[in-house]
Amino acid sequence: MTEPVGKSHPVAFRGGGFMPRPRGAVGPLVFLAVVGIWEAGSRTGLIPPLILPAPSEALAALAHLVETGLLWKHLGASLQRLLVGWTVGTVLGIAVGVSIGLFSLARAGLAPVVAAIFPIPKIALLPLFVIWFGIGEGSKIATILFGTFFPTVIATYGGVDNVDRSLIRMGQSFGLAWSSIVRKIILPGALPAILPGFRISAAIAIVLLVAAEMIGAEFGVGAYILLAGNLMATDELVAGVAILSVIGLTVNWLIARAERFLLRWRL
Amino acid sequence: MELRLDDLHHGYGEVEVLRGIDLEIPSGRIVCIVGPSGCGKSTLLRLIGGLELPNRGGVIQIGEAPSGSLNPLTYIFQDFALLPWRTVEGNVRLVLEDHDFARGEIERIVDDVLSRTRLSEFRDAFPRQLSGGMKQRVAIARALSVSPAFLLMDEPLSALDAQTRELLLDDLIDLWTRERFSAVYITHNLQEAVRLGHRIVILSRRPGAIREILEIDLPLDARAGHAPELESHRQHLWRLLRDEAQAAEMELVDD
Repeated sequence: MTEPVGKSHPVAFRGGGFMPRPRGAVGPLVFLAVVGIWEAGSRTGLIPPLILPAPSEALAALAHLVETGLLWKHLGASLQRLLVGWTVGTVLGIAVGVSIGLFSLARAGLAPVVAAIFPIPKIALLPLFVIWFGIGEGSKIATILFGTFFPTVIATYGGVDNVDRSLIRMGQSFGLAWSSIVRKIILPGALPAILPGFRISAAIAIVLLVAAEMIGAEFGVGAYILLAGNLMATDELVAGVAILSVIGLTVNWLIARAERFLLRWRL
Repeated sequence: MELRLDDLHHGYGEVEVLRGIDLEIPSGRIVCIVGPSGCGKSTLLRLIGGLELPNRGGVIQIGEAPSGSLNPLTYIFQDFALLPWRTVEGNVRLVLEDHDFARGEIERIVDDVLSRTRLSEFRDAFPRQLSGGMKQRVAIARALSVSPAFLLMDEPLSALDAQTRELLLDDLIDLWTRERFSAVYITHNLQEAVRLGHRIVILSRRPGAIREILEIDLPLDARAGHAPELESHRQHLWRLLRDEAQAAEMELVDD
């Protein structure tokens, strides 16, 4: 080895970064801080109560809902619509999506129709649904069903298209029946695309639920919010919005659980 | 049961891939097919097993498949083709579930093939937990479970690293010595061909046609001790392939 010439210094580190890590307590702290500042603003009169009620007032409105038992009536009506509409829409969506993925005729016939109807905000069709299915439950469930059907179709046939063809060839090479190939290779292979579709369709379903309940509903979180708005009862309005947020978070949590269970074979 | 390839021609659109392949595939031996990349080796294998239809000519099965063979022509794929959502055991079961078995028979077959491929401890593992070599052993176990008359192996070791390849090559030699299976083995690795092949078929570059057929009479389990002889076979093969490979290398790929 020859003696190094000139000054020596360690090579500067320039890797690292670009790797967000979980910071457990930060999320709840930010949430508490926002609510705290908001409460303080209301108490000091910085935020007029007519514009935005204090969180404590919204909480009181919520407590009142629980006491009178109205919460369960509203929540029950909403969840029932959500569950029926979303489930039927999803089952039909998967069936049609798989057909489009498997059969040339279904693809040629249905894919353009789906593409044309998918981008229409289903809220725009709500008045039509009221005429077709009546002002009662029918139109509300139909709106949610329609809203969930189309994104599910698109997620499903995208998933079927992306199933590894070499796995299908493998199934054929072992003489597997057509139905076995569909049930054991194509459906599980499409599942990683179908489940994220559930998140999207569930979010859409909640939006449509509130919109649908604003027309001719006695009970339901949407009806409650609409009534509160009409009466300028902003505390009740904020309470209703908080309920929607909890519904959304719960649905997301359930889907995440389902994903973790059904896709446990992945990393 | 034997196979005969009868004047096979194949192509995709304008591109001619295989031209006039005539070949006898005997039972109880390993036929290696080597050739430069893109010469249609894999296409040939898909034609042999009926995964693709030739434009002209045909593949003829001579004699009945042995009784008890659930899937006479069984593939082993380069990319393993394991279902990632099924365990080792589930992947083997997949190819048995469509057959009518007496109770407990599937269990017995699964136990048997997993022990023959030394995978018994791993029956509940998912493919992502296994190394490449282990995945290919699962694929071999799956293939053995349907008692094939012919194994159609499409570069089964090409996706593996050099050390794993060597280990699995020894496994295959062991397996053949014990069970005398019949196989068509596609490879671009001449070393593998001279270690495993009883008969080595050299294809020309696209459109693939048979250039030469080489018979090596040394028993498979004795070949490790005859390195110089194998090496001279390998060099002979390389001389045949070299120009083809070079010319193939310079072609534009348009698929």
